Amino acid sequence: MKQYKNLLKSSFDDFKRNKVRTFLTSLGIMVGVFSVVILIALGLGLKNYIQGQFQNMGANLIMILPGSGFTGEGGASFGGQGTVGGVSFDEKDVSKLERISGIDYVVPIFMKNVSVETESEKKIGSVMAINEDGFKLMNVEVYDGRLFGSADVRGSSKVSVLGNTIAIDLFGSVDKAVGRTVRFENQRFKVIGVAKKKGDRQADTAIFIPYRTAYQNINPDKKFWAIYLGVKSDKLIPEVKKKTEDTLLKRYDAEGFAVTEQAELLNSINQIFSIINIVLIAIGSISLFVGGIGIMNIMYSTVTERTKEIGIRRAIGATEKDILMQFLSESIVLSLLGGIAGLLLATIVVLIIRFFFPASLNLVAVLVALGVSSAIGIIFGVFPARRAASLSPIDAIRYE
Amino acid sequence: MIKLQNVNKTYFLGDSEVHAVENATLSIKKGEYVSILGSSGSGKSTLMHMIGLLDRPTSGKILINNKDISKISDNELSTLRNTYVGFVFQQFNLINKLTVLENVALPTIYYKSQLDFDPTEKAKKLLEHLGMGQRLNFYPNKISGGQQQRVAIARSLIMNPELILADEPTGNLDSKTGDEILQILENLNKKTEVTVVLVTHEKDVADRTNRKIYIKDGKVVDKYI
Ligand SMILES: Nc1ncnc2c1ncn2[C@@H]1O[C@H](COP(=O)(O)OP(=O)(O)OP(=O)(O)O)[C@@H](O)[C@H]1O
Ligand SMILES: [Mg+2]
Repeated sequence: MKQYKNLLKSSFDDFKRNKVRTFLTSLGIMVGVFSVVILIALGLGLKNYIQGQFQNMGANLIMILPGSGFTGEGGASFGGQGTVGGVSFDEKDVSKLERISGIDYVVPIFMKNVSVETESEKKIGSVMAINEDGFKLMNVEVYDGRLFGSADVRGSSKVSVLGNTIAIDLFGSVDKAVGRTVRFENQRFKVIGVAKKKGDRQADTAIFIPYRTAYQNINPDKKFWAIYLGVKSDKLIPEVKKKTEDTLLKRYDAEGFAVTEQAELLNSINQIFSIINIVLIAIGSISLFVGGIGIMNIMYSTVTERTKEIGIRRAIGATEKDILMQFLSESIVLSLLGGIAGLLLATIVVLIIRFFFPASLNLVAVLVALGVSSAIGIIFGVFPARRAASLSPIDAIRYE
Repeated sequence: MIKLQNVNKTYFLGDSEVHAVENATLSIKKGEYVSILGSSGSGKSTLMHMIGLLDRPTSGKILINNKDISKISDNELSTLRNTYVGFVFQQFNLINKLTVLENVALPTIYYKSQLDFDPTEKAKKLLEHLGMGQRLNFYPNKISGGQQQRVAIARSLIMNPELILADEPTGNLDSKTGDEILQILENLNKKTEVTVVLVTHEKDVADRTNRKIYIKDGKVVDKYI
């Protein structure tokens, strides 16, 4: 115990004397740890966010997306406008799919970002054109007023249901929105309801309108970027999926669309993220490696610089192991200081970017950061420390 | 308590050999106050480093309390350097980034068992005893040579060694200060019966000790010429 205290004290004394050098040396590790932690935080945050999005939607869900879906290139742009590549679906598909047994409901989805105006406010919002079953699909519940129903869809009513957040943005309060009017794409829509807050940005900022109402100005091509199916029971999913594919194959090429169930989609998203994570960690590792080389370099020159001191210590009774431990603990502390600084900096940055982007830190990231930086201190410090320990006492004490 | 038997130290520099110490046989008894006297380059320091376990002989035997130390491990050697010997060097060899007090207490951190004294207290006492009580928190480069040598003596004493090896302890000091340092060593030997070996090239310094060992061209000789 006394010994460790001495080692630590002697390390910190040396750092105090060489503040600039200590800072510059640990900078490499700091940058490395910072980037690894930030990357993990972003990756983790994005993954949680996307998984949350899916979990927000009801279970027993089958998604029909243009192109090859999420699994390959192309695919749908989530929350974007219209479709990217592949086919776009229309009402004919919807009515055909409705005939498949085992399906509870069919929801055509069209989305578009628009500029929304009230008498006093102007905001960017995303219009989500769906049918009455879309609320069930997305677990959207009413907070105030009502949701639109099948009559509104059939009659192309100019009504809208606002997500909780956008209602506040536009009208200042969730309670003031119902009965008012919003304008976008040169049309006026009556606000008939406000949804409960879901904690999911996409749903909370959406403006839901009946999909047929959108045909007039917003979606004149009468195309959808996706169709979601609610299946009666999870046991029916494989069967319904097969029938859906058969139905669509009569109209489209197999490459033109993708039928995915939620579990499958989650899997492929997880796969993508694990690849991204590997790449990110590889990048971080390179900077950590470079930082480690920096530490090794400085430790070698420290050993040379302090040869005489090593000799003196040996003369008064330090063993080879004592000297080894002295320099090893110095490089570990040096690296760990960098690691802690990087971690702190990353934490601050994560707290800031949280306002704009889902990012989250977890204990694993913290432990990895600290573990990796001590490991680097050991790995890159052991060679210089061994050189110090192996100096012959008499040669060391004579060194000038 | 120290016996050297046919000790050689040879340095190999390229093709040439330097016999720094040749066939040295001598013994020093417990409590003695001895000097090793010889001219510059005669091998005094080399001999002293071997006696002090800082260096190993090329051949020959060194016995400490009848134990052959040529085959013991680094750990055992270090322990002996820690507890058995105290060094006083011509260049003082203090660690400049540590205070006077920390320098004196430094050997205690390398003692592997429980100390039977408080290092700081003991260091303070030694320094006070050597007239350095006012300089405890000074750094070595802020005090005079004579004062540094007192600090080095305090450091050599902290582990209660049986042997003090002083290599030209007055070499970097003026004669008055040198005298004081020699007086300290002499008193130590008288009062605590610690063995003191004083290495010097000055005859009148050696004359103050109780016995002289002459060395010439690496060989122990009977008479100083
Ligand atoms: N590391 C070394 N490599 C080669 N030769 C050495 C080495 N150390 C000492 N010598 C040689 O050994 C001889 C004895 O050196 P040593 O330092 O023991 O002399 P000394 O009696 O202490 O001299 P001084 O009074 O000048 O200190 C010298 O000739 C010196 O050149
Ligand atoms: Mg010498």
